[in-house]
Amino acid sequence: MSSAVQTYSDTTSAVFGRLTWDSFPFHDPIILGTFIMVAVGGIALVAALTKYKVWGYLWNEWFTSIDHKRIGVMYMILGIIMLLRGFADAIMMRLHQAMAFGDSLGYLPPHHYDQIFTAHGVIMIFFVAMPFVVGLMNYIVPLQIGARDVAFPFLNNFSFWMTASGAVLIMLSLFVGEFAKSGWLAYPPLTGILQSPGVGVDYYIWALQIAGVGTLLSGVNFVVTIVKMRAPGMTMMKMPVFTWTALCTNILIVAAFPILTAVLALLSLDRYMDFNFFTNDLGGNAMMYVNLIWIWGHPEVYILILPIFGVFSEIVSTYSGKRLFGYSSMVYATVVITVLSYLVWLHHFFTMGSGATVNSFFGITTMIISIPTGAKIFNWLFTMYRGRIQFDVPMLWTVGFMVTFVIGGMTGVLLAVPPADFVLHNSLFLIAHFHNVIIGGVVFGVFAAITYWYPKVTGYKLDPFWGKCSFWFWLIGFYVAFMPLYALGLMGVTRRMSHFEDMSLQIWFQVAAFGAVLIGLGILSFLIQLYVSYKKRDSLRDETGDPWNGRTLEWSTSSPPPQYNFAFTPQVHENDAWWQMKQHGFKPPQEGFMPIHMPKNTAAGMVLAGLATVFGFAMIWYVWWLAAVSFGALILGAIIHTFNYKRDYYIPVEEVAAVENRRAEVLA
Amino acid sequence: MATPRTLCKTLLASVLALSLAGCKWVVMSPSGDVAAQQADLILWSTYLMLIIIVPVILLTLLFAWRYRSSNKNATYKPDWDHSTKLELVIWAAPLAIIIALGALTWVSTHKLDPYRPLDRVDEGVPVPEGTQPLVVEVVAMDWKWLFFYPEQGIATVNELAAPVDRPIKFKITATTMMNSFYVPALAGMIYAMGGMETQLHAVINEEGSYEGFSANYSGEGFNKMRFEFLGQSEADFEQWVAQVKAQGNPLSRDVYKALEKPSIDDPVRYYSEVMPGLYDAILNRCVDPGQVCMKDLMKSHHAHHGEG
Repeated sequence: MSSAVQTYSDTTSAVFGRLTWDSFPFHDPIILGTFIMVAVGGIALVAALTKYKVWGYLWNEWFTSIDHKRIGVMYMILGIIMLLRGFADAIMMRLHQAMAFGDSLGYLPPHHYDQIFTAHGVIMIFFVAMPFVVGLMNYIVPLQIGARDVAFPFLNNFSFWMTASGAVLIMLSLFVGEFAKSGWLAYPPLTGILQSPGVGVDYYIWALQIAGVGTLLSGVNFVVTIVKMRAPGMTMMKMPVFTWTALCTNILIVAAFPILTAVLALLSLDRYMDFNFFTNDLGGNAMMYVNLIWIWGHPEVYILILPIFGVFSEIVSTYSGKRLFGYSSMVYATVVITVLSYLVWLHHFFTMGSGATVNSFFGITTMIISIPTGAKIFNWLFTMYRGRIQFDVPMLWTVGFMVTFVIGGMTGVLLAVPPADFVLHNSLFLIAHFHNVIIGGVVFGVFAAITYWYPKVTGYKLDPFWGKCSFWFWLIGFYVAFMPLYALGLMGVTRRMSHFEDMSLQIWFQVAAFGAVLIGLGILSFLIQLYVSYKKRDSLRDETGDPWNGRTLEWSTSSPPPQYNFAFTPQVHENDAWWQMKQHGFKPPQEGFMPIHMPKNTAAGMVLAGLATVFGFAMIWYVWWLAAVSFGALILGAIIHTFNYKRDYYIPVEEVAAVENRRAEVLA
Repeated sequence: MATPRTLCKTLLASVLALSLAGCKWVVMSPSGDVAAQQADLILWSTYLMLIIIVPVILLTLLFAWRYRSSNKNATYKPDWDHSTKLELVIWAAPLAIIIALGALTWVSTHKLDPYRPLDRVDEGVPVPEGTQPLVVEVVAMDWKWLFFYPEQGIATVNELAAPVDRPIKFKITATTMMNSFYVPALAGMIYAMGGMETQLHAVINEEGSYEGFSANYSGEGFNKMRFEFLGQSEADFEQWVAQVKAQGNPLSRDVYKALEKPSIDDPVRYYSEVMPGLYDAILNRCVDPGQVCMKDLMKSHHAHHGEG
């Protein structure tokens, strides 16, 4: 029997736990090469930052910032960095599967391949899609509701750093020890201590637990912000659709993430303290884990897609130069999806042997979700109807989304028919389906959103040429990469295979690998777009703050908005508040400014999350003294922070007046 | 000279040939009646949904083209955002499709419930009266498949056989990892889990050799956790059983304990006879002497608490 390289020690030392020299993968050329590249890149980055003396700037203006706009941007940057890691995993898998046929074993040993598909899933969901979605909400929601910040600005900074801390642990697992070889949801009994004694599953648990705290707190923050901090006149049914979807998503986060925390805590008890929640023996039952993780997991996919529906609603109405068709049915559809997303989790395991009635129930509830989703698609369609559509890049993404997403929706409903699922479950058809909705939905939406709001964040638009390149590479790449997987699923090919015997399948995997390369060019075009746009920022500059003739309040501010967002809290009278203000010839007032009360930056979030990282690392490696010390420090630090009473200040009225007058001059 | 029409036909034919020739779309053209009904269901559900998907895609492209800003002839109504009639249609159209699909789902899920004994062996061919299904007890092990044939008194590893047109009743469990028992040509999959038994009823209609495998990732040896499923004539099946009896050794507790150790890419093994009650002991996790079986544990637990 071939065995994975043992990357953990059977004995633990009091000082280093199970960490030994063998924990560092000097023996694996691929990982060592990656490590050297990352190390060289990291040192170059640190050197550059030091040379240009930007450490102070980064620390004062970004890392310790409690400004929701800065935090939003940091989330997006985290998402982009992790997208590169997640995509590197993807292309490695695609190349490996395209090669590993017959006598060729491919270039990845199975234990490495198994870590890669696990890491790819975990990273793409938790550290790419989530930071993107949370980042967008962070930047946009307070501006759309006319607020100066979120309800709990410090908590917001802390949430970000907790998410980043989880990402750090995942990245660390690449170079210290190993990552889980379990699939992205880490089903027991495979992830039990007997079957997976190494550190991989523990990295998984602690990275998600720490990041999960961040996500949960951020959910609480946004629910409160949206419920309590809307501008006067903005009743619930006058909220922009993106804010509505953000509200629903954050309600889902608050209700769903504690379940993830609980189920991972139970798994930890199994692994660390010989409990038997999910073991085969002593009364444990793995089916409980599978149920619990999907009771979180299914709402999670709606957590990702709902705000993206909001993004598309904003974009389609802006670029069609038209009010959104069926605003209230859009809102009701969102709320219905929010509620229904809790009633469908069992469709992830029809094959676990529930009776026909239970399976039918969950199959039909799943199909019912397609009704409000279908209504949304029609609403976007009829927003375009009799509009004047400007095909800027965000609108290209939107049309690409509408065509692609309905195909993914159709295959999803197909998988919701239990007897059909019996033959397609866990097959590459399923893989094609969820990439169809996540790439065609979430990813297209994030790129649309980045292009749409970029001028708001930076004051200049993104270069459209490279944006179009990125769009077409992604769109075509997606179809080339994933349509073969649909076909392979219908040929009975299952997921997570590291080698194939049937040579006739190889061509399909080669086509899919080529599609992944096209997607890679799409990502590259996006990075080039960021660089080119920065270089050409003077010609792409937008002074008005409203480059697309927007409809919602964020377009009423300067680009980038002042730290305090609004000198005067706007008064809202109807939907599309800014559009209506423009129709009535709104002029921003030039006098009567007041000093503005603002929260102060603090390093507490970064310090606490840093301690959480150390705690997680110590728990993973059984370094008990360090775990105790860092946990104690974490609690103590949180308490000490509560005694920090110097946490706010006033922006003097002169400064507000100066900023606002400068803006008036630019507009005049 | 090729007219555009013949050219188009040739192109279409070659695309079809390319996609169908080299590879078998086994899920869509299986050899067992249950899988065939599942394939039909996939087609019917897809047709139903295409009724709404195709118009949506066409309308998206049409509206995107027609209402492009450079087309000044198109009507422009910037404030038009509501139409009760249209909204009724928007909600009613998907609703109608889902009602149809929901009904189809309810009926087919009950009819194709893997736990339900078959009432037909092929389209229009009911199960002959008095036919008993062939019982096969399946154990997913790390990382191989063990099959017990209680009626024949034999067991095999990584090879499964059954006579055509006779209903098969699979009783499925596992030793440690969660796996999924799947023969695409035969019927849909069902999970194999330790300490629990799932069931699957199926029938194979054509003689031949088919692929079976685990369709749920179960760790290091998952990739090679494959077996051959033989659909045979009654006579060939008898002969196969005789061959297993002739070539195999008895499967005693000790032989089983050795087999239970994790291994990858195991060869086919035959067992001429089986220790009585072994499958039951595996299912109830009491193969080792002195272990209390789960079913007895539960019985005493229930007696203790005065429950049924």
